[in-house]
Amino acid sequence: MNTAVLTREQREAKLEGMGCKRKRVEDIRFTQGKGNYIDDLKLPGMLFGDFVRSQYAHARIKRIDTSKASKVPGVLAVLTAEELKGVNLAWMPTLAGDVQMVLADGKVLFQNQEIAFVVAEDRYAAADGVEAVEVEYEELPVIVDPFKSMAPDAPVLREDLAGKTSGAHGARKHHNHIFEWTVGDKAATDAAFASAEVTIKELISYHRTHPSPLETCQCVASFDKIKGELTVYGTFQAPHVIRTVASLLSKIPEHKIHVISPDIGGGFGNKVGAYPGYICAIVASIVTGKPVKWVEDRIENLTTTSFARDYHMSTEIAASKDGKVTGLRVHVLADHGGFDACADPSKFPAGFFAIVTGSYDFPVAHVAVDGVYTNKAPGGVAYRCSLRVTEAAYAIERGMDILAQKLGMDPAELRLKNFIKREQFPYQSALGWEYDSGDYHTAMNKALEAVGYKALRAEQVAKREAFKRGETRELMGIGLCFFTEIVGAGPSKNCDVLGLAMFDSCEIRVHPTGSAIARMGSKSQGQGHETTYAQIVASEIGIPADDVMVEEGNTDTAPYGIGTFGSRSTPVAGAAIAMAARKIRNKAQMIAAYLLEVHESDLEWDIDGFRVKGLPEKFKGMKEIVWAAYHSPPPGMEPGLEAVSYYDPPNMTYPFGAYICVMDIDIDTGVYKVRRFYALDDCGTRINPMIIEGQVHGGLTEAFAIAMGQEIRYDAIGNVVGGSFMDFFLPTAVETPKWETDHTVTPSPHHPIGAKGVGESPNVGGVPAFSNAVNDAFSFLGTTHIQMPHDHWRNWMVAQRLGLHA
Amino acid sequence: MAKTQVRMTVNGREVEALVEPRTLLIHFLREQLNLTGAHIGCDTTHCGACTVDLDAKSVKSCTMFAVQADGAHITTIEGMANADGSLHALQEGFRMEHGLQCGYCTPGMIMRAHRLLQEIPNPSEEQIRFGISGNLCRCTGYQNIVKAIQYAAAKLSGAAQKEAAE
Repeated sequence: MNTAVLTREQREAKLEGMGCKRKRVEDIRFTQGKGNYIDDLKLPGMLFGDFVRSQYAHARIKRIDTSKASKVPGVLAVLTAEELKGVNLAWMPTLAGDVQMVLADGKVLFQNQEIAFVVAEDRYAAADGVEAVEVEYEELPVIVDPFKSMAPDAPVLREDLAGKTSGAHGARKHHNHIFEWTVGDKAATDAAFASAEVTIKELISYHRTHPSPLETCQCVASFDKIKGELTVYGTFQAPHVIRTVASLLSKIPEHKIHVISPDIGGGFGNKVGAYPGYICAIVASIVTGKPVKWVEDRIENLTTTSFARDYHMSTEIAASKDGKVTGLRVHVLADHGGFDACADPSKFPAGFFAIVTGSYDFPVAHVAVDGVYTNKAPGGVAYRCSLRVTEAAYAIERGMDILAQKLGMDPAELRLKNFIKREQFPYQSALGWEYDSGDYHTAMNKALEAVGYKALRAEQVAKREAFKRGETRELMGIGLCFFTEIVGAGPSKNCDVLGLAMFDSCEIRVHPTGSAIARMGSKSQGQGHETTYAQIVASEIGIPADDVMVEEGNTDTAPYGIGTFGSRSTPVAGAAIAMAARKIRNKAQMIAAYLLEVHESDLEWDIDGFRVKGLPEKFKGMKEIVWAAYHSPPPGMEPGLEAVSYYDPPNMTYPFGAYICVMDIDIDTGVYKVRRFYALDDCGTRINPMIIEGQVHGGLTEAFAIAMGQEIRYDAIGNVVGGSFMDFFLPTAVETPKWETDHTVTPSPHHPIGAKGVGESPNVGGVPAFSNAVNDAFSFLGTTHIQMPHDHWRNWMVAQRLGLHA
Repeated sequence: MAKTQVRMTVNGREVEALVEPRTLLIHFLREQLNLTGAHIGCDTTHCGACTVDLDAKSVKSCTMFAVQADGAHITTIEGMANADGSLHALQEGFRMEHGLQCGYCTPGMIMRAHRLLQEIPNPSEEQIRFGISGNLCRCTGYQNIVKAIQYAAAKLSGAAQKEAAE
């Protein structure tokens, strides 16, 4: 073995294992235009499906006439709810325990709702067919404002639920009410408020937005009548779950359904759910006997397949005069649109919103969430965040700033005063979570020092004085955020989707010549799993990452997994890889002991092989051990070297971080300039620092967009205002700020490699940092809370309301 | 629908085909020529995922009919690698500087950067940011895309200098 002549550093470097800034494997194909995305797929005889959609937000469907459409050249079939009823698929179950119309059954509940599905020889003919379908509507009164949905005289939106006084999550108090979910000790919290020296209360709204990956939701369904087998290629973040749902709905046995997720052009939560397009493509393929492709256009994407947020959080904090928090009380009004299709674990209709106590040591807290129906699109997905965690982080981080303002305290000082201390971990939060690890003071102090916080505050004071003297028309804001996330759903004791425990999985096969394949239940949408997962294998079993192929997205070859969303890949699937690799290493140790003629316990692992303790020259490298597993296994041992792990995490992981934004706002134009944005992340063990940094850049850019303008807005009659990239704010390279990244490392004590996940942290922590900067800029003029998004126009309006333009 | 004949040069190859007058160039490239590198991201000419190089200009091929490209010289991402099969400096730069994640915007981004470097061989960061502002990326936050283009600019101008010196 020539490994003997390499230094330890050289051997380690050769592996490109954990901690290495390994260049991405995926990029070889992506940079050459050789990615394999859904719309690239071309099957023989493939047809194309397109939707007729509702013009109205709430209307009765009086008549659908498809006769003209059926005669359009190239059109082969037109599906409506009537056809779907024949196969019992006019409605489908949602992940949230509700049902949703696949095609409009008698009425429509939101603009652009699916009414009919036109199947044609190509996408142009399908569009012609869509034009030719006639729909007669009777308009109904519309509810857009969730605060009006439970008025006594509010129109009934869901006639199918008439008389149902309870839903999937308990009692319904009104015909437009979905659920009430509560957590925490109400009596103790109320008592804390009753005796509090200081309290704050503010309605903090997190507006409706959309994940909007650059590739929309798409699929190709192909039903083989002879074999009775269905293959669905799709932009699925959770391919196995889609297979199970497809089997339950279609009654096709699960082993005869093949779900394939090829390369996915971004997901951000948009591609977790099951959408009418998938169902219609499947039915159309069964009806026509040909493969059917369905590809959303951008307007359809923004207005129908999922939304995010729309949480209206009445946030109260109780505290002592010297700034020690004593209680937290939050009531949320959650706008779920026309159907409750939120992508949350079954028992958590408000996701993990109970992380709202944040990074602070609240002795008591209470949360109540009311979910309501409105005439808006269904969805409620976690847009690059764990489930409802960004909403929670926004509420508490704005709340802490508002409290600091009321106390006349510096917001950094208030946070430092109330942080959970390092020695308190594992920490039991007032709302029932067990935070695994953290060192908040170190992270916060590092961040404050890095930006020169004291000097910034001094500059701000001087600038405010200059502003008062009329010497400048610019306001300076410093936005702090210290977030704690809860990711990696989740332990089977409390997390499931459709009854499926939220484990994840990995199968590793090591080939005789020493290379390997790892197959996963998760599914990358750009996170670089093919690169990073191989690094975990490399570090665990000493096979160079370049010799490990990672395969995801094929339900026939991969072990069952729940997929990639809610930052669960590293915490759950990443753990499964390590555990599968360790099974392999254990067997390798037995083989090495046999080869070296010692007892297993005499061996120690050393980078890429086993060494006899105290005898450094007695060494067997993995390559030799692997060959022996196939060539001459020890007597009585099964040949081969492979392992499967289904990892059921014992707890969630709790990444955290300190973000600081410095912003200047011109009050005469409302134009803001992000002068500086510093992001310190602690995601535990760092697998690939290059990819972590890339994830943070991307997440911060999304946070910037959301906080500063990105919004799905409706007018009074339920028209989507700005449902294309003309109006929906996606920042270009020009307006995107430059990002400074930093880190501390506090490993998770319960995760096999100590990693916590990072992809969503910047979205969760970024939004409050931007919003706090805007609020901080105006606060000395008497504002306490300015609602997002903070675009130039709204900033100008704030200045106008404050009389600054006089 | 009646079809029209078009001829163009795509990645150095003469192409002749019949298209419907309403066929968009992006659909012609992707579906008739099977050049699926350029992508569709928005339908409204905002995202630039469909960017190709047409007669020495960056063009969003979702907003042009195939018939309008009659007689044109087009380069797509599939035509970017060097003759010996090695990656173009931009392709290499995007990988080395982690200028991509999901890869969906990448072909359009590289094609735009390619033209930008013809227009301004050594652009400043500001010029790069402005120069690619017609191309949206949802994953990277652009910072590493800027670095990737700087990497390619340095490599290409280094190569150009070497050539001039020889």
